[in-house]
Amino acid sequence: MPRTKRIAALALLLAALPARAAVLPDDRADVLYHRYEGGGVTVDGPSVLVRKNLAEKYSVAANYYVDFVSSASIDVMSQASPYKETRQQASLGLDALNGKTQYSLSVLGSEENDYSSTTASLGISQDLFGDLTTISFGYSQGWDEVRKRGDPTFEEPVDRRTYRLGLSQVVTPSLIMGFAFETITDEGYLHNPYRSMRYLDDDVPLGYAWAPEVYPETRTSSAASLNARYFLPYRAAVHGEYRYFTDTWGVDANTVRVGYVQPVGSRWTLEAGYRWYDQSRADFYSDLFPRADAQNFMGRDKELSTFQSHMYSAGATYQLPSSGWKFLQRSTVNLFFDYTNYDYADFRDVLKGGAPGTEPLYEFDAAIYRLFFSAWF
Amino acid sequence: MRARIALCLCLLLGAAGCSNVEPWVKPYERQNLADPIMAADPNPVASSYLNHVFEVREGARGALGGHGGGCGCN
Amino acid sequence: MRLGSILAAALLALSMGAGAAPSTPTPAPDFTLPARDGGEVRLSDLKGQVVMINFWATWCGPCRQEMPLLEQLQKKYEPLGFTLLGVNVEPDSAAAAAWLKGVSVTFPILYDTRNSVAESFGVQGMPSSVFVDREGRVRYVHRGYKAGDEAQYADLIRSLVKE
Repeated sequence: MPRTKRIAALALLLAALPARAAVLPDDRADVLYHRYEGGGVTVDGPSVLVRKNLAEKYSVAANYYVDFVSSASIDVMSQASPYKETRQQASLGLDALNGKTQYSLSVLGSEENDYSSTTASLGISQDLFGDLTTISFGYSQGWDEVRKRGDPTFEEPVDRRTYRLGLSQVVTPSLIMGFAFETITDEGYLHNPYRSMRYLDDDVPLGYAWAPEVYPETRTSSAASLNARYFLPYRAAVHGEYRYFTDTWGVDANTVRVGYVQPVGSRWTLEAGYRWYDQSRADFYSDLFPRADAQNFMGRDKELSTFQSHMYSAGATYQLPSSGWKFLQRSTVNLFFDYTNYDYADFRDVLKGGAPGTEPLYEFDAAIYRLFFSAWF
Repeated sequence: MRARIALCLCLLLGAAGCSNVEPWVKPYERQNLADPIMAADPNPVASSYLNHVFEVREGARGALGGHGGGCGCN
Repeated sequence: MRLGSILAAALLALSMGAGAAPSTPTPAPDFTLPARDGGEVRLSDLKGQVVMINFWATWCGPCRQEMPLLEQLQKKYEPLGFTLLGVNVEPDSAAAAAWLKGVSVTFPILYDTRNSVAESFGVQGMPSSVFVDREGRVRYVHRGYKAGDEAQYADLIRSLVKE
């Protein structure tokens, strides 16, 4: 649909909505230290967010996030050697409130030595039916550039478009439910210039050989989720979410998350959660192809294989005693820990050796830490 | 895509016309929904980091997070 | 009596609007509620004064924001025959009592724990301020609070106080 028609449609949407009022997000500042350790990969770094209301109508937020990556993952170790790199990301967002409609605009950019990305997003959210229902629409456009370490001539683009629809409904004074739908289309160089697929080769002592992956140039995916949050009468909350995902590459995935939030005393809040993730492989994925030219498209990215993941989470939030600064309304210190296990059904650990196709299936555990301080003004 | 935008338009226009539905949860009955423990995303920096981890490690993406709830004030 | 309050509620409910909506004057539904400092307050006892009934809760950000400004209005217009009534709509008044310890409020705070008064006034948003004239009739309903609304409140109070 031509851009002018899209903008006209959006404008019409805005015109249809009756003007009332809602509330902007609170002013806040957060400083996070994150750490991921597992599967031979360690990634850590900071993420900082500052959000401020302006003129009672606008809320501006800025975030800066860094990943310091130290990777000796199975992919890296199978075909190359461990490496270190840094990924930086910065984003700026603006929310504007007009009656019961909230508009948002944001720009995000990320940079690593072999990948650059820019994303621009637009969103509208409207409260209806006495604020019991919130409907939201979002659109994002992304432009990426894929490069390759060691090959300065390598430069490939990726174009990403996302459409989002959200619906949130208050069902009872203690229950709120939500539905979200998101469709993403990617076009361009959609794989990793360093990864290879492998195929059976009797002429080689190893029994198999590596060759560059061949990927489709487009991918369209759709995801739909349902979630619910329920307030327990003794003052605790329980929440659950289910998401179904499918795409044109043949990947189908289910995600189930449940969580429980329990305040303890006047300063502590404890949380526990569980997440189950199940994925079936992409059509062109195989751990071992019979020949170098077995199919039009061939890939060996374990993230597109058949696997299951279980994640167990726990978190604690402590509200700090008021400092006496009139300026600081509230501040908390938080520690969240997630332990996750990834179990692959058709991706093999070639480092463990064995006849091609009989190596043990790969599995790994990861520990994720999030330690952060939040302050509200 | 055209059909999708038309659908969204119809949904919104229809919804705007239904503004006479009486809310069954009154504005003054929202103390549980306004409780901070019921917030959909109380720590955006922490949750966006975890969502980033999922997108990197897994094939699925999208349809996470939500708006709505809270005090419904103003 | 019940029919009257239902009619009043219906009329009030229909007077939707961001900001102050003038209503065709209808008698305000009478009520008696317990007050924060003990005792009770009955609305009809206040006939002869201009009354601003402010429905609020501690969980409502804009309500907390406007409280000190309401206190200023109370101090300024009380000598002219005006009083504010802060009606807290929470089922458990402990949160309100605790929060008010840190805020200086001289007008009566009433506890509507069963929400019967909020319902009879047809409250449609938080906060809501109902302006009642000296004859006990509802003249304006202001829904919500944004910075600067206190100027609107002052204008409404001045116009009612002059009558």
